[in-house]
Amino acid sequence: MAFEIPRETNTGSIAEITLGATSEQGGTRSHTLTLGGSSSLPFHFFEGEQPHPPVVAMEVFDSVPTKYPEPLLDYYRDVIDNPGEMAKKCVEEYGAELISVRLEGTHPEKGNKSVDEAVEIVQKVLSSVSVPLIFTGPSHFEKNNEVMKKVCEVTAGENCLINYVETDNYKTIAAACIAYGHTLVAQSPIDVNLAKQLNILLTDMNFPADKIVMDPLTGTLGYGLEYTYSIMERIRTDGLAGDKMLAFPMLVTPGYESFNVKEARAPQKDYPDWGDLAQRGIYWETATAVSLLVAGAELLILYHPQSVEIIKSKIAEIFAAEGGE
Amino acid sequence: MALSGLDIFKLLPKTNCGDCAVPTCLAFAMKLAQKKAELSECPHASDEAKATLGAAGTPPIRLVKIGGANALEVGNETVMFRHEKTFFHQTGIAIELRSSDGTESNRVKIQAMENLTVERVGEQLTADLFFVTFDSENGEVFLDTLTVIKELSTKGVILNCQDLTVLKQGLEILKENRPAIYCEAKPAEKIYSLAKTFEASLVLTARSFEDLEARSNAAVTADLNALILNLEAAGFGKKLQHNTLLRRSALQQNFKPFGYPLLTRIKGATPVEILAEASLQICKYGSIVVLPEYDQALLYTLFTLRQTIYTDPQKPIQVDPKVYAIGDPTPDSPVFVTTNFSLTYFMVSGEIENSGVSAHLVVTDAEGQSVLTAWAAGKFDGEKIAKFIKDIQFEQQVKTRKIIIPGLVAQISGDLEESLPGWEVIVGCQEASDIPSFIKSVELT
Ligand code: B12
Ligand code: SF4
Repeated sequence: MAFEIPRETNTGSIAEITLGATSEQGGTRSHTLTLGGSSSLPFHFFEGEQPHPPVVAMEVFDSVPTKYPEPLLDYYRDVIDNPGEMAKKCVEEYGAELISVRLEGTHPEKGNKSVDEAVEIVQKVLSSVSVPLIFTGPSHFEKNNEVMKKVCEVTAGENCLINYVETDNYKTIAAACIAYGHTLVAQSPIDVNLAKQLNILLTDMNFPADKIVMDPLTGTLGYGLEYTYSIMERIRTDGLAGDKMLAFPMLVTPGYESFNVKEARAPQKDYPDWGDLAQRGIYWETATAVSLLVAGAELLILYHPQSVEIIKSKIAEIFAAEGGE
Repeated sequence: MALSGLDIFKLLPKTNCGDCAVPTCLAFAMKLAQKKAELSECPHASDEAKATLGAAGTPPIRLVKIGGANALEVGNETVMFRHEKTFFHQTGIAIELRSSDGTESNRVKIQAMENLTVERVGEQLTADLFFVTFDSENGEVFLDTLTVIKELSTKGVILNCQDLTVLKQGLEILKENRPAIYCEAKPAEKIYSLAKTFEASLVLTARSFEDLEARSNAAVTADLNALILNLEAAGFGKKLQHNTLLRRSALQQNFKPFGYPLLTRIKGATPVEILAEASLQICKYGSIVVLPEYDQALLYTLFTLRQTIYTDPQKPIQVDPKVYAIGDPTPDSPVFVTTNFSLTYFMVSGEIENSGVSAHLVVTDAEGQSVLTAWAAGKFDGEKIAKFIKDIQFEQQVKTRKIIIPGLVAQISGDLEESLPGWEVIVGCQEASDIPSFIKSVELT
């Protein structure tokens, strides 16, 4: 018996979602990016299509994160409190394909910046780079609704990715996305059924099914990655098997999660066996990103320029060899 | 054809002699049915049993061992996705040593590898193998390196030596140590007999599925079955595709030539690239990865990823719910409470230890979940914690009447005070890493 390639075909495929809008489309971005569209598991070109490579975003902030580790800060010291300039640096020097603006400083307990301040930052980033944008609201229901509604309004027509809604708080922001033409992140806590339920709730309120990106919630390496990894594989398998309410592109946040944990911050003198701190942070983020990439992530928000470089180059390598065996 | 445990049992001698290392024939039959054992492990199996069980008697992916006392076992996987059941034999991590680097430099690496064990959530993590490459003028350094390994280490060895005379000398040094022989190309006949003599496993390298199949068949014809496959591929995507297809054909089509563990030599222009390539292998079916360099931070990251992927998804790693003594606590020492998720427990106990304060750490039964997860699932609230403390009669063991709860569940403090009369609840910090400074800032008892 000679070897024959064991192919599996799927009945479903992942929704195609476009981010950003050019001037013809009513926005000001220089180009758009499309996610999704695959009809097989990630990079299985031998049995299906994957028309769009996964993309890598980098993140800027409305207020300097308290836990931003030194080795990372070394890359951004001159721009860290200037989101417009930092965005520019990420795009021009480090190759970010999108910019995520995290507006956590508007959280009532983390700076309580006003809606106007948030809007100012949003506009700064909008004018300093021309790539599609992601806006991430604070982890506080009321303030999130207040800030993001306004963000949606002032960026009308740009088709930004508005990050995020969850089951207990989705109506206000979803409505604003519909009104101003944005795409939405539906976040759920590492659970297939909860993810599906939220997508159903959204489509039930007539939210367009070609404007949803799922965030299955990233647990980083050593802190729940095993759950995220497997939930993503299950979501993707179910989506490909024909469950339309799970067949959306997935976003993951290895940067935010990885640089928040002890492994990215504790010096080697305290943990000699852990190895060099500066390298460790990059490795932690890269290992998380690689595993989630093969589990089905289409949009990765990363922090370290070296992680961005390697993940982008691996994605390019995969697609350069497309055609499969 | 799948046979049930009982079908198989009927074919066994039913003497319960135990030579298969399982106490009874029935238990052995059950293991066979689950493909966790091979018929050849029962020395008394009849020819009829062998004929009937045939293919059903070997697992779809063979278990291969490299090394002596401290052997690495790889293979014998049964699923494509960890959520379908679990992955069983975690990826072996090998470090390459080259004879061109000299014996002394290799000795340093061997010693470093031997000393490196990192604890993470209660497990000891370590690298498993040496991959020794003969790339110098004469065999001396290569053989000396093997002698040093034998002296300093119990880890297994893979020999990458295309010179058959030197290879044989190397195998002599490592005899009784069940090494593996890495074949860069189609193995010479002589290699088969060496492998047999020294009970070595064979790593077969090929650049196409066809060649790999041919080499695998040839080795089996030569009566070898401890094989490891190395299908070389250029590019990240190709590697993922190849590994997936090899695993699929073994598991789903029971395609015997590919029913073996997979090895990859990791190449990369930078350490980050090496990390990325090795991470892919750990996630997607690599049984052994050979790293070109020794890099501590990189190893620690890979150890953690490997632990992640090979954790049984059905049961989070957890610790026993009970009161743990940190340092040398007395009845007047402070009392902390947390859940029995291993990660949570080890982070919290580690930080209390770092602070230098002796304390009681009450670890409740939260079914192995983190603080917030357990709280959200109703497994870590005021009532549950109070009930646990009462059930284990903790109040009789300490005089302290203050209890420190995780900052993330500040909202349960009222409930807990109500359910645990006589106690004062202190809301702790949110992050374990802040525990040392938190301890200094409040009156704990
Ligand atoms: C991995 C994970 C899971 C895993 C479970 C992992 C496990 N074994 O516990 C799974 C996928 C199973 C899961 C399930 C659920 N999850 Co969950 N999960 C997470 C996730 C991503 C990480 C949790 C984790 O491992 N943390 C690491 C450990 C070490 O943290 P920790 O236990 O809190 O300990 C730290 C501190 O609390 C402190 N500490 C601990 N003890 C003590 C003691 C003292 C005295 C002090 C001072 C400090 C201290 O030290 C530690 C280190 O800093 C979090 C989100 C996040 N990023 O935090 C959500 C999260 C906890 N989950 C959440 C939810 C809602 C759920 C579910 C209810 C939903 C669902 N999916 O069905 C279920 C509940 C489970 C069930 N149905 O039985 C929510 C909780 C929301 C809330 N604020 O209440 C979270 C916050 C996600 C979110 N943003 O929505 N989850
Ligand atoms: S070795 Fe064979 S005969 Fe002996 S107990 Fe095991 S299965 Fe039964």
